[in-house]
Amino acid sequence: MGNNFLTTKLAEVVNWGRKNSLWPMPFATACCGIEFMGAVSSRFDISRFGAELVRFSPRQADLLLVMGTISYKEAPILKRIYEQMPSPKWVISMGACACSGGFYNNYSTLQGIDEIIPVDVYIPGCPPRPEQILQSIVKLQEKIVKENKL
Amino acid sequence: METIFADRKEILEKALFLRDKEKFDFMMDLCGVDYLGCARERFEVVYHLFSSANNKRLRIKVKVPENNPEVQSVSSVWKAANWFERECFDLFGIKFSGHPDLKRILLFEEFVGHPLRKDYPIDKRQSIPTPVDLRKNNREGFWINFGPSHPATHGTFRLMLKLDGEKIEDAIPEIGYLHRCFEKEAEDHNYAQVIPYTDRLNYCSSLMNNVGYSMAVEKLMGIKIPERAKYIRVLISELSRIIDHLIAIGTNVVDMGGLTNYWYTFNVRELIYDWIEKICGARLTTNYTRIGGVMRDIPAETFKYIPWVLKKLDRAISDVTGLLVKNRIFLDRTRFIGAISAEDAASFGYTGPCLRAAGVAYDVRKAFPYYHYDEFDWDVPIGENGDTYDRIMVRFEEMRQSARIINQVLEKMPGGPIMTGDYRAALPPKASVYSTIEGLMNHFKLIMHGMTPPAGEVYSFTEGANGELGFYIVSDGGPKPYRIKVRPPCFAIYQAYPELIKGHMIADAVAVMGSLNVIAGELDR
Repeated sequence: MGNNFLTTKLAEVVNWGRKNSLWPMPFATACCGIEFMGAVSSRFDISRFGAELVRFSPRQADLLLVMGTISYKEAPILKRIYEQMPSPKWVISMGACACSGGFYNNYSTLQGIDEIIPVDVYIPGCPPRPEQILQSIVKLQEKIVKENKL
Repeated sequence: METIFADRKEILEKALFLRDKEKFDFMMDLCGVDYLGCARERFEVVYHLFSSANNKRLRIKVKVPENNPEVQSVSSVWKAANWFERECFDLFGIKFSGHPDLKRILLFEEFVGHPLRKDYPIDKRQSIPTPVDLRKNNREGFWINFGPSHPATHGTFRLMLKLDGEKIEDAIPEIGYLHRCFEKEAEDHNYAQVIPYTDRLNYCSSLMNNVGYSMAVEKLMGIKIPERAKYIRVLISELSRIIDHLIAIGTNVVDMGGLTNYWYTFNVRELIYDWIEKICGARLTTNYTRIGGVMRDIPAETFKYIPWVLKKLDRAISDVTGLLVKNRIFLDRTRFIGAISAEDAASFGYTGPCLRAAGVAYDVRKAFPYYHYDEFDWDVPIGENGDTYDRIMVRFEEMRQSARIINQVLEKMPGGPIMTGDYRAALPPKASVYSTIEGLMNHFKLIMHGMTPPAGEVYSFTEGANGELGFYIVSDGGPKPYRIKVRPPCFAIYQAYPELIKGHMIADAVAVMGSLNVIAGELDR
């Protein structure tokens, strides 16, 4: 058979596939969503990292991108969306508001989405630049490669 | 502005008289103010009216006692009053008798208390609510839930639609998913600290919100800003109008299935963002103006770079219109869809491109010129039918007009300072801080206490990307605003949305929403 095969672990092949074909579900509520539009459009072009196929149905996505302020009224919706996504799934929290409530410390805003759902990567900034979104995708890919379960 | 007082039991009669006899066809804004401990009657409801026939403004004030906070509703006089009254009820607990559906609008039903009352602490949190069924008892027929998590509703608008096949028979909207308490936060910060919060109202054109707010505070304090600062403010306003329209059109057409246009519009937008980054360091949330001027001067290359960008813009507009105006699918999906008549548009308090699409040539820049807008040569484009098609085409033409204004601004740009020399608002030069006691004191006072406008009130309005962006500020002479009410153009525009989509297909609901360009940050504040 010569050089026509290679040996590896099954988990590594699966992880390699997963990291290069992330299907994001953009949950964009506020300003950060506009910068995400910048990240998917022609100049920054998120498709270079295999994550351009945005899905607006959580059932077809494996990456939840939470962009913008989450109010108490919005919180149950976000949780429901997260629960509807099939495993394995990852969450990127984009911007100061999603990470910590940002400079909205008041009766209506959730102080970080990690109060209701788990988060894999946090992006600081108000709003973060499109390059930071791309970097967060790369960081998430690094994390996926290290995962052990199938 | 002329102010009259009215009795809370006679306001309906007065409103009818003002609308029919005095021709006040627009109710621009309605808000509550809580004078806890400062006045005999605790609350005040403030109405801002506009007569397009006489080009006149009027403010009405109605005093409301604490023990029985009830006012006659004027929702039968101006359709716009419906949601504004609901908001006032939600945030202040003032009841409006005769209102057809008085319930909470920005917050949720489980919420206890009224957050904009002075005795409600800003950080008093309550439990997370459960989403409600908007239909209530009207469950006949086939209903679907639309949003808030839907690509066309951007995570923040929710509708329940009653369908007959694909035709919409009834629609009930719900907003408030992005309520981040701009007004309560503003009461908790000093005047300069409010500017970053204004960035996040209409985040597609932050610069214009900065300008609108700074102008309002300057009016309150009676500060004159230098000529160069005025021209810079016109320049940034018109550039952000262009960005806003580019996003609105780009995403609107994506929602209808035309992705290509999005790349064309976003390419130009990125070029303008490059320049915005040079003036303030940020792309989206600019925080660029200061009370009394602007943060820093524009770079020297502006005079070459911006005309080059405008050429690119012109190219992009002709590329996109080339793809659209003879496109059968686009025409079928936009012409005579979601139309609003000029009378209805006025009654709903429409302003901006959506009003002009209905054929009313009202533009704040022409009717109440500020910052030399009357000296530039430009036109106000209007539509005929007030439908989705007209709204998109008016935006295209407005971008061309903005480009005309920008070219004239760059030609006429005067030299000189960019900040006022008035030390009530501007920091003194460093040399004077280090060498004179007056300079040191001015610096110290401004840093430690912030600026303190005299007690009073002001309603200042500018032409935002979506229409009249007004700021009603009440000052008690302290370092923090006593009350700030934003008059968001989207709030009035979105209120008519159910009326616009009834009788059309469900897919049209998406196209109509995009053409209204409702921005949640401004709608829910």
